[in-house]
Amino acid sequence: MEKIILDTPLTEKRAVNLKCGDMVLISGTLYTARDAAHLRMIDNIRQKKTLPFELKDSIIYYAGPTPERPGNISGSFGPTTSSRMDKMTLPLLDQGLRGMIGKGLRSPEVIEGIKRNKAVYFAAIGGAGAMISNSIKGIEIIAYDDLGTEAVRKLSVKDFPVVVAIDTFGECIYDSGRNKYKKEF
Amino acid sequence: MREVSTLLIKEKIKKMFIEMNHELGNDVEAFLNKTREIEESPIGREVLENLLDNLAIAKEKQIPICQDTGMAVVFLQIGQEVALTDMFIEEAVNQGVREAYQEGYLRKSVVKEPLERVNTKDNTPAVIHYEIVPGNRIKISAMAKGFGSENMGKIKMLNPSDGKEGIVKFVVDTVSDAGPNPCPPVIVGVGVGGTMEKAAILSKKALLRPLGERNPNQTYGEIEKDILGRINASGIGPQGFGGSCTAMAVHMEYYPTHIAGLPVAVNINCHVARHRESVI
Repeated sequence: MEKIILDTPLTEKRAVNLKCGDMVLISGTLYTARDAAHLRMIDNIRQKKTLPFELKDSIIYYAGPTPERPGNISGSFGPTTSSRMDKMTLPLLDQGLRGMIGKGLRSPEVIEGIKRNKAVYFAAIGGAGAMISNSIKGIEIIAYDDLGTEAVRKLSVKDFPVVVAIDTFGECIYDSGRNKYKKEF
Repeated sequence: MREVSTLLIKEKIKKMFIEMNHELGNDVEAFLNKTREIEESPIGREVLENLLDNLAIAKEKQIPICQDTGMAVVFLQIGQEVALTDMFIEEAVNQGVREAYQEGYLRKSVVKEPLERVNTKDNTPAVIHYEIVPGNRIKISAMAKGFGSENMGKIKMLNPSDGKEGIVKFVVDTVSDAGPNPCPPVIVGVGVGGTMEKAAILSKKALLRPLGERNPNQTYGEIEKDILGRINASGIGPQGFGGSCTAMAVHMEYYPTHIAGLPVAVNINCHVARHRESVI
């Protein structure tokens, strides 16, 4: 299938051109944050403190890697289940977060937030962490080092493979895909 | 009595966890190879190709197949004519897990206590199930269980009158509600009967069976087939992007139960079905 080439930052102009089901190769910068890092970022926003990175037009990757072997840039680095971040996503979208990469369903509230902010939710392939590590060219821990695998990492990526799971119009592949292939039994 | 050093068990456990995180059994790979030819959705086929590439890269470069290298679950069947020597058995298992996760560059995903959630930094403790069996051997069955799929499991105490239809509906609904979250194509483990905790343990044990092997009891074998057909008609597909391959297999195990009950537990495994068996 044909792939769309996408560079970061993910501006509104770039985001609105992406359609549900598109296969995309992302190059540029991603930031990782999982459950524990989200809790801290939400706390920072509440206390009006600076965040570990500028949210505007950025992409967060829900992922926590395995430790890299000596000499390797990256360990296994696939996506985690996104729905655990649902309750903590709206404040980040409202601060300009434009893209999220994870796997699995999102709540109706997050889908509304995606539409309102013209953001995009991408799915990476769950359980393909070894393959995904090939697209990671640099890793730097930039915040919450004490969280180990859950620390915020700045990733430099080249042709990072994702699928547009929810586009800026709120169209969701998990609904459209299932409906298309559902059969009577 | 046959004496067996628990240090031997520790070494086996270590080797098993490092290996299983980098290489799956041939059964899953064969399934993916076969299914990529018959999956109806183009994006589904692409996903299955990627999963095969991923397995090849993991094996060749010794990078774990998935970054969630799991919580360690160990079933120990210990012959009653075995006398264990050296370390305490529980400590031996945990030491094996500790060395595997530290020396094998695997992710440490276990927290010490469920609310404060401080990481134990060595992926211990394992969840260990002991069983005393006849004979003088020890069978170790070990699995690295990821939580994307573990979180989608459910248990329900059905009424005896709910019968076969009730079981089928509960299992199919559980997998359908989980949708893309447990990383399909999945393996569905089902435990029926016993008590609440017995059903749950059976559903986990069912995941250890060679992929697609039917329950020898014809009634249960038929139910497995029926559930598999229904799940694959759901349209969820590989990774939930839509398609005809949602589950690779349904494995059921059963046990005698009480006149008033019909416990049913569903334990889902993602396509990265990591387990190993070893007999000492």
